Amino acid sequence: MARLREFYRQPEAIFWVYFFPILLVVALGVAFRNKPVERFTVDVQLAPRSSEIVAALGADSRVQVQAYDLAACQQRLRTGKSDLYVVPGADLHSVEYVLDPTRPGSVVAKNLADQRIQEAAGRIDPVQVTIQQYNEPGSRYIDFLVPGLLGMGLMGGGLWGVGFAVVDMRIRKLLKRFLATPMKKSHFLMGAMASRLVFMVPEIILLVVFSWLFFDVRVYGSWFALFILVLLGAVEFSGIGLLVASRARTLESVSGLMNLVMLPMWTLSGVFFSYDRFPEVVQPVIRLLPLTPLIDALRKVMLEGATLGMLGPELLIMSAWTAVCFGLALKIFRWTD
Amino acid sequence: MNKDSLAIDCKQLFKTYPGKPPVEAVRGVDLQVHSGECFGVLGPNGAGKTTTIEILEGLLPPTSGSVRVLDMDWSTQEVDIRQHIGVSLQETKLSDRLTVAETTALFRSFYRDGLAPEEALELVALTDKSKAWIKTLSGGQKQRLAVALAIVGDPDLLFLDEPTTGLDPSSRRQLWDIIRSFRQRNKTVMITTHYMEEAERLCDRVAIFDQGQVIALGTPRELIASLGAEHVVEFTLPADLPAQERQSLNESLNDLPALEQVEVAGDSVHVTAADSHSALRQLFGLLEQRQVDISSLTTRHASLEDVFVHLTGRYLSDDLAG
Repeated sequence: MARLREFYRQPEAIFWVYFFPILLVVALGVAFRNKPVERFTVDVQLAPRSSEIVAALGADSRVQVQAYDLAACQQRLRTGKSDLYVVPGADLHSVEYVLDPTRPGSVVAKNLADQRIQEAAGRIDPVQVTIQQYNEPGSRYIDFLVPGLLGMGLMGGGLWGVGFAVVDMRIRKLLKRFLATPMKKSHFLMGAMASRLVFMVPEIILLVVFSWLFFDVRVYGSWFALFILVLLGAVEFSGIGLLVASRARTLESVSGLMNLVMLPMWTLSGVFFSYDRFPEVVQPVIRLLPLTPLIDALRKVMLEGATLGMLGPELLIMSAWTAVCFGLALKIFRWTD
Repeated sequence: MNKDSLAIDCKQLFKTYPGKPPVEAVRGVDLQVHSGECFGVLGPNGAGKTTTIEILEGLLPPTSGSVRVLDMDWSTQEVDIRQHIGVSLQETKLSDRLTVAETTALFRSFYRDGLAPEEALELVALTDKSKAWIKTLSGGQKQRLAVALAIVGDPDLLFLDEPTTGLDPSSRRQLWDIIRSFRQRNKTVMITTHYMEEAERLCDRVAIFDQGQVIALGTPRELIASLGAEHVVEFTLPADLPAQERQSLNESLNDLPALEQVEVAGDSVHVTAADSHSALRQLFGLLEQRQVDISSLTTRHASLEDVFVHLTGRYLSDDLAG
């Protein structure tokens, strides 16, 4: 087994294996980041009472306020430099807002400006409101996403890594050459899987550490449980990769088969969103797919602090897939071309 | 191992590949290879050489027929046979980014007993390349490595499938030396080739294959002697020779007493003779008399190539070109 691992020790183009998941985390993390407090630009038309209004609005840190003459106000609104402008009335008790109601920013800015101006004019709200911001690590989208990406990385790494390597060796007649030696076939297949683990474990560690450093994604459960899950996931998917590659004669056919296997799981198994959104009837099926128990278990360990003992069903399904795929692959494996 | 025992014994070997129409690659081959012998399987591409050797190597199941290797049966003693044979396939692309030493050590690990990897590399003169990546090796070095991988398990029987195809003459000679030194350890070698010269120099006995059958079997000397004439004269007739004259010239050539066999293929004429001197004298006499100018005249000793031409009426090289 160790000797076959040596065989695989090739500095292949690992770039994508390692960096693609990280790029994905960065892209999605940035897209769904918690936005800073929004700011609005409100102009006030120059008028005898404009300075009072500017002062009222300027009291709110979210409002950027400035006074301009009418033409400038119109120009700035039209080109999107301001969200709305305020035309002061003859006294403090009348005011006009000019805005485009189809622009969301304008409507929010109007509500904000109105609030400030009404308060400045002496309005007292009957209900006292305080707002608590809810932004705990562990409950954000990125926290949900990272276990999903780990699962996806394990799936892709296992399938592509093992599947391609095996079919490539079949094309090069290397499998046939091995067949001509007294090598044990099961040793070879185990070696193919083991060599994959060597690549995948660092990949996963990299992803976990990266998302911890840059997105503060924490592991609430034990690192040991996480490690065992990653290992089992890697073994499971390299077994599936072996089965997918056990008959294919060309790289085209093996990549087609792999997409066939992976595409349903990308969408169904809850990588990017919870599979609770699918109809009730298909959920038992989804839960039996190879990827679903892995991602579920990863989320339970990372987000809910579950221990291995609490993950019995997930571990069972994954082990069953591993055993079935490896056994079947050993049986139907095509050594010659 | 008993000197008289058979390293390979196969009877009535048939292999038909299913298809439309089915391809009968091997049609009733009987071969007995003695222990300690170097046995050559010769023939053009598509003659069934590789199919036969792969059946003997246990890589292909025969459609019918019996095979015994080292007095063992593939169906019951596969692992034992594999421990005792070494194989070099026609084309195997090893992993480019492993070193020569790593690859040899890997293959050594498959066998219970065998040579030290360094020893195998020394036998094929690759010691100084042992740290090199496989992709940096030349064609000849790769073939030598393939032989090293085949002998690293110290086999009793070595199968080499076209080990020198595509190599330059000096690499080829180097590989012959390696095979000869392997044989000195009292081992059996079975080698396929389409180079007649290689078989003549290397092999104790040769089987010539054509269209899935053995058409001749014996030592190279016996096979050449079977022509009854050890000299070959070849020349080319002028292209503008009228058909009628050509016909009568052919007949007269066949009548010359010193000429054993006359083969005409287009403009080129292939003649065998026991005595080249009198053959040439008679030939020139006839050509003088007919006033025919010939070109590219050559004379040489007969080779296995001539045996093949004699048996099939075709040149090996025609098949190679196709």
